[in-house]
Amino acid sequence: MSANAPVKNAGEGSHQVLTFVLGKETYGVDILRVQEIRGYSAVTKIPHAPAHVLGVLNLRGSIVPIVDLRMRFSLDRAEYTAVTVIIVVSIMSAAGRRDFGVVVDGVSDVVDVDTDEVKPAPDLGSRGATDYIRGLVPVAERMVVLLDIDKLIGTELATLGGSNVNQAA
Amino acid sequence: MTIDLTQFHEAFFEESFEALDSMEAALLKLDIGAPDKELINTIFRVAHSIKGGSATFGFSDIASFTHSLETLLDELRSGTMQVTVPMSDLLLKSVDVMRAMLRAVQHKKPIDAQKVSDLQFDLELMIAQKNTAPAAAAAPTPVAIAAPAPAPASAPAEVAPPVPVPKRWEITFKPFPELFARGNDPLRMLRELAELGELESIADLAALPAFAQLDPQSCYMAWNLQLRAEVEESAIKQVFEWAEGDCELQIELVGGPATEGASQAASVAQPASTAPGGAAHIGGTPAPTPPPAAHAPVSSASPAAAAASPSTTAAAPTQAAAPAAPPKLEAVPKADAPIEKMADSGSIRVSVEKIDELMNTVGELVITQAMLSQLGSRLEGPTAEKLRAGLAQLERNMRELQESVMRVRMLPINVVFSRFPRMVRDLAQRLGKQIELKLTGEQTELDKTVLEKIGDPLVHLVRNSIDHGIETPEKRAAAGKIPAGTVHLDACHRGGNIAVEVSDDGGGLDKHRILAKARDRGLVGPNDVLTDEQIYELIFLPGFSTAEKTTDVSGRGVGMDVVRRNIKELGGKIELRSELGKGSRTIITLPLTLAIVDGQSVSVGGETYIVPLISIVESMQLKAENVSRLSGRGEVFSFRGFYLPIIRLHEVFGVEPRTRVLDEGLVVVAEGEGHQRIGLFVDDLLGQQQVVIKSLETNYGHVEGVSGATILGDGSVALILDIPGLIRATAVRSAA
Repeated sequence: MSANAPVKNAGEGSHQVLTFVLGKETYGVDILRVQEIRGYSAVTKIPHAPAHVLGVLNLRGSIVPIVDLRMRFSLDRAEYTAVTVIIVVSIMSAAGRRDFGVVVDGVSDVVDVDTDEVKPAPDLGSRGATDYIRGLVPVAERMVVLLDIDKLIGTELATLGGSNVNQAA
Repeated sequence: MTIDLTQFHEAFFEESFEALDSMEAALLKLDIGAPDKELINTIFRVAHSIKGGSATFGFSDIASFTHSLETLLDELRSGTMQVTVPMSDLLLKSVDVMRAMLRAVQHKKPIDAQKVSDLQFDLELMIAQKNTAPAAAAAPTPVAIAAPAPAPASAPAEVAPPVPVPKRWEITFKPFPELFARGNDPLRMLRELAELGELESIADLAALPAFAQLDPQSCYMAWNLQLRAEVEESAIKQVFEWAEGDCELQIELVGGPATEGASQAASVAQPASTAPGGAAHIGGTPAPTPPPAAHAPVSSASPAAAAASPSTTAAAPTQAAAPAAPPKLEAVPKADAPIEKMADSGSIRVSVEKIDELMNTVGELVITQAMLSQLGSRLEGPTAEKLRAGLAQLERNMRELQESVMRVRMLPINVVFSRFPRMVRDLAQRLGKQIELKLTGEQTELDKTVLEKIGDPLVHLVRNSIDHGIETPEKRAAAGKIPAGTVHLDACHRGGNIAVEVSDDGGGLDKHRILAKARDRGLVGPNDVLTDEQIYELIFLPGFSTAEKTTDVSGRGVGMDVVRRNIKELGGKIELRSELGKGSRTIITLPLTLAIVDGQSVSVGGETYIVPLISIVESMQLKAENVSRLSGRGEVFSFRGFYLPIIRLHEVFGVEPRTRVLDEGLVVVAEGEGHQRIGLFVDDLLGQQQVVIKSLETNYGHVEGVSGATILGDGSVALILDIPGLIRATAVRSAA
């Protein structure tokens, strides 16, 4: 778990991370994976989808699924307002590149993260899987949780790709 | 000379396959007895260009085979041989063999050598039969097989009357020993020369060392060539272009028609007199299959010639080849090849991905334009009027643009139809029937993806027509029909769809037999009364066949159900009409493209769904008294005498509907696979529109009951329903 977090490679130097707020926490994703940031607009529901997959949106001609990260992280559900933001990220999965939108409370900043400063995520035991957390890094006295979006959403895609969507019915 | 030729392979294969298709088409049009010169030329050109290409790329098996074919075709072209039925069969078989060879080479698989050499033997036999007739002295069997058999040296090469060609060139071609190392093949050059006109070649083996000293990678030979052809010096030089600097080359114009007789005599006498070390007199066009002896010294492997006692004379074995193929190729003006190429360049090859990309971009533009139009309609004021006029113009242009892009993907249905003349001919022959194939509307265009998938169903239908539909000539005569049956393939645009029709004037379907068979098998109750339409419908059931005997052509009962499934997958419909004794008609209706679907928008709660128009039978409002509940679970309603299950879309998709009361909403009667009908309960109908199909699977995954998504005019996403999938999904659910 924590051992596989790629934190000890000093040669990587620093990289840029887009930070966003979800409830009281600040999270970060690799800026190179971010396609676009846009305001929330009504989505089209997909039948039999997992609860945190809100539906699909038209993103300049392609159909992009939208995931609510609050629900994914089992946080309280927030109302979608004018400041609710969708971050469109691309995921590398076994099936190739896929685009996903994640609903967050707000986007904070783009920060440089020194690879040496990234601390491994604490092992929370069986209470919660943390393999989608790449590590923790302090930015301006706040703790930023760096997410591995491939693991966060990519693993779910594997189950969505098949035809076994029936279980939701 | 280090160009990597493999990069051209794909283009060569593609062009060759296309060329073979046109050759096949031309062969089928060829009239026995009175062949069209132009058609023969077309056929010849195909063989010629495949030969040239495969020789260049080193596909020697193909080159050798096409060479034999070319030789035969040349006889046809010059009119010394006539097109006969066995010959046209043989030529068609050659097309198949060439196709198989090209495919094998393309996929780097071994060529079926036995088949190739059998056919090549047949080809040569045919040429030889022709040759034996006028040239009594020539070997009675195909010389190519009996390689070292020393044929009478006296047999002159010029059995055919001299073609009146005015110019005579004398060429001395003395390659340096390193010629082979530079990748040059003298044999190919000689062949190319032979295509320019009548070629006499005399190999000078003087420099050939004893076998022990021989280096197989060096060229020891030289050639004295005489070419009678109406060509310029530059054309000859072009042949040796690649060898420039690797050889000594002299080209001299020695005479016109006046000296013809004399020079000819000289050339015949030459084998005996010239070349001190023994000259090999090789026919200009190498013998049908290059016989080992004749072939070897000319190409790379000199040892073979050396083995045949080089010190005495190599003339004996090689001369055998000389009488076999009188070099009398008509002057094929080499220059005409580039001209043909130029004429073809009215089209370009574009990968499908590029077109798809273009389609996507245009699709997005259409959506943006729709959004702008909606916004524009809400504006007010004097400039708004102008803006709206501009937007209307934009809309028109967009529609045109979209149509043009769609058209890029469109191909004439001829691409599919063209395989039928051959198939019908072969089948008719095998079944002993006389069949005339009529093709109309070949120029009707449809999307490439649809085109690719419609071929197999059509083949099946045509096969059915020939095997079961059309009767034998005797039966037809007894029924008072002309002995030759007609199978008619027709395509035309009908609304936004394309209709493809396969009809025949054969026996038609026997309703009573079909019904009896269905009753036998328990598919229909003994007392059920079925309409004609419903009876024909039975044919599409899996495993249903009334054929008395199964042939290898059809009758196994697999097929019609597959045909229908394929058509349904394309979003099409299939209908059967028939009259006993007069024939049957199968009508396939297909969408022009898979990228766009005609849809009916329906609303359930706040969501909009698209139901493909092709699956909709009718929409109606239900009355409570028409609905009954089955065993407390499903609901059914009566529709034209049938009870159809009701699928409540809001339940299946888990959305909050506006109403749950059946008579407050609407029911869309929709059809799934095999005329399976359901009533789809929705809140309301919105409108009909063409929608561009987008995949949900690109970023998400497959969703049961949904075939894709589309983007509506306001930029929002609507899901497109997959009615057969929906029926399956609900069936699974209610069974669980």
